Amino acid sequence: MNEDFEPKIVAFLCNWCAYMGADLAGTSRIQYPPNLRIIRMMCSGAVDPVYVIKPLLDGADGVLIGGCHPGDCHYQEGNYKARRRVAILKNILHQMGFDEERVWLRWISASEGQVFAETVTEMVEALKEKGPNPLKELWGT
Amino acid sequence: MRKVGVFVCHCGNNIAGAVEVERVTEALRSYPGVAYSIDYLYVCSDPGQDLIKEAIAERDLDGVVVAACSPVMHETTFRRTVAAAGLNPYLCEVANIREQCSWVHRDDIERATLKATQIIETIVEKVRHDEPLLPLAMSLVRRALIIGGGIAGLQAASDIAAAGYGVILVEREEGVGGRMAQLSGTYLNFDSTVDLLREKIEAVTRNPHVTVLTRAQVEELGGYLGDFKVKVRRQGNDEEYEVGAIVVATGYELYPQEWLSEYGGERYPDVIDGLEFERMLSPTGPTGGEIRCPSDGRVPQEVVFVQCAGSRDPERGVAYCSKICCMYTAKQAMMYKMQVPQGQAYIFYIDIRALGKGYEEFTQRGMEEHRVLYLRGKVSKVFPQDGKMMVWGADTLSGKGVEVAADLVVLATPMVPSAGAFELARKLRVATDKHGFFSEAHPKLRPVESLTPGVYLAGACQAPKDIPEAVAQGSAAAAKVLSLFSQEKITHDPIVAVVDSELCAGCGICVEVCPYEAREIHPLTKIAVVKEVLCQGCGACLVACPNKASQLRNFTPTQVMAMIGALV
Repeated sequence: MNEDFEPKIVAFLCNWCAYMGADLAGTSRIQYPPNLRIIRMMCSGAVDPVYVIKPLLDGADGVLIGGCHPGDCHYQEGNYKARRRVAILKNILHQMGFDEERVWLRWISASEGQVFAETVTEMVEALKEKGPNPLKELWGT
Repeated sequence: MRKVGVFVCHCGNNIAGAVEVERVTEALRSYPGVAYSIDYLYVCSDPGQDLIKEAIAERDLDGVVVAACSPVMHETTFRRTVAAAGLNPYLCEVANIREQCSWVHRDDIERATLKATQIIETIVEKVRHDEPLLPLAMSLVRRALIIGGGIAGLQAASDIAAAGYGVILVEREEGVGGRMAQLSGTYLNFDSTVDLLREKIEAVTRNPHVTVLTRAQVEELGGYLGDFKVKVRRQGNDEEYEVGAIVVATGYELYPQEWLSEYGGERYPDVIDGLEFERMLSPTGPTGGEIRCPSDGRVPQEVVFVQCAGSRDPERGVAYCSKICCMYTAKQAMMYKMQVPQGQAYIFYIDIRALGKGYEEFTQRGMEEHRVLYLRGKVSKVFPQDGKMMVWGADTLSGKGVEVAADLVVLATPMVPSAGAFELARKLRVATDKHGFFSEAHPKLRPVESLTPGVYLAGACQAPKDIPEAVAQGSAAAAKVLSLFSQEKITHDPIVAVVDSELCAGCGICVEVCPYEAREIHPLTKIAVVKEVLCQGCGACLVACPNKASQLRNFTPTQVMAMIGALV
């Protein structure tokens, strides 16, 4: 494990739960590693699998998709759609020979600032274990 | 190409304390599309907003990024600012560098500064591809639906009807009045709840603007703020109503006694809960207001009241404080002593929470004038012995165990959401908290609104409340409804889906995935159309569309791809 390696993570967070959870982590001043960049989506169900593949091809080390807990979706069932899509996507990534565990789907409610911060910390640790995204070296990005 | 202005806020030391704001501002200056970049102490202040307005005018900006706190805080503020300068408000976006950067990376200024720069760059990319939008006009039905005919619902109904607007009051029981109708008297002055309610019920039922539907329940809800379509099942028949706003006032019930096995509720007839005791005290109750042991009808000489029976107990019951029990237990003990002066009333308590005008004095009256014996400690066990209910407890002030051979035990079990509240919340698309209470939009500033536009909350469906609080919230919810109804027209957020008619093949997948029935295949053109006022902008359709003919305005794939591109 390379201690100097700082993984780059792109996060797609739903506007109503996970993004608010990330805000709450801030309001509560819970510190977590600055490896993650957040893109606000209206719903986890609006995360096109292409949005997940694109940063991975471009050399990001991991992608986090954050949505509301099952049953709590602001749009009723968007997170269920996300869950099915991510399951299929991971399957495809695996068959392509890409480590699908670089893609995380997590349920984080608006009241779970702590959970959000812990998720980021855990993901950074896990990606440090894995090392850099191999596509980055292969394609020189 | 769009000329974007970037305004980086110090937020005092909140951002500037962990992010080198000047460096960020400087870095943005050379970012493609950025025509102007400046930092300021508080961009949300009046001079800060003037800075934005002046820059728009002087530098001909056609896009604005404010890098500051979360968009939840001030997106509306800054959009209003740019609109005042003649720019379309949807060409202004907020980059969140406080909650999601400076506040969470206080120990690493270097990386926090880099992160802040990148966050702003993604938002610049978004603004570069944002299109100007106009709010959508919506229809507004000036009639309210109130779910629940307890005191909170009645109060909301009478206030809305008094302003001249129509009200449909749905109550699932035989009559209105709710829990309050089951009570004997109110605390502080022992007013008869029946008398207090009669006035309120008459104000509602006699008002020609109010339609009261009893033995009725909401079956289905469609539509949106201003134009809901409600299906009500009443006595077996379905009826449809159109309303513009909804007040949820479904109230509470008590935590099931049988779940507190150590107290023997539901197992022994002489262990009852607070509501059962209220029925006993009530002149309209089964005993005509006489206090009797349910087992054999004798007058109880020793009565033990157990407060926090299941509340403030995350292991065995609920974690929260049920709020009203300290007061109603004091009242019940006093009413018992008034009826049975020679009897003895004991109250086991953890501590007394008498938070209200005159409340503390009231509990003191119980102790001093009525000689109610307060014992600080919890009851561990209740069991029958020799025709009595043995109560084992502790008095933590004297440090001794207490044993009372009681005739009657009254459990102050916590308020929980009424049965069916959860299912109703699902139908209304309203969030509930972990205990099942309806969630308010903001715990401090929006206590009577749900996060679903047009749905308001009143009474104990939101959290344990006593009568004056339920009344206050009923009136507050009514005020929200009235301010909605008094608007000339209402508008809908234009962040909605749009279909590219050149790309749409009319497959209908988007019609299937839309949770709001905002899609249909046009009968003539055979391609998908969006019913904009129904669309909530969730974006499910754009992922599902195989041709990518479906897009969400200002959340287009072009934008997201450009945002990703700015990051990696």
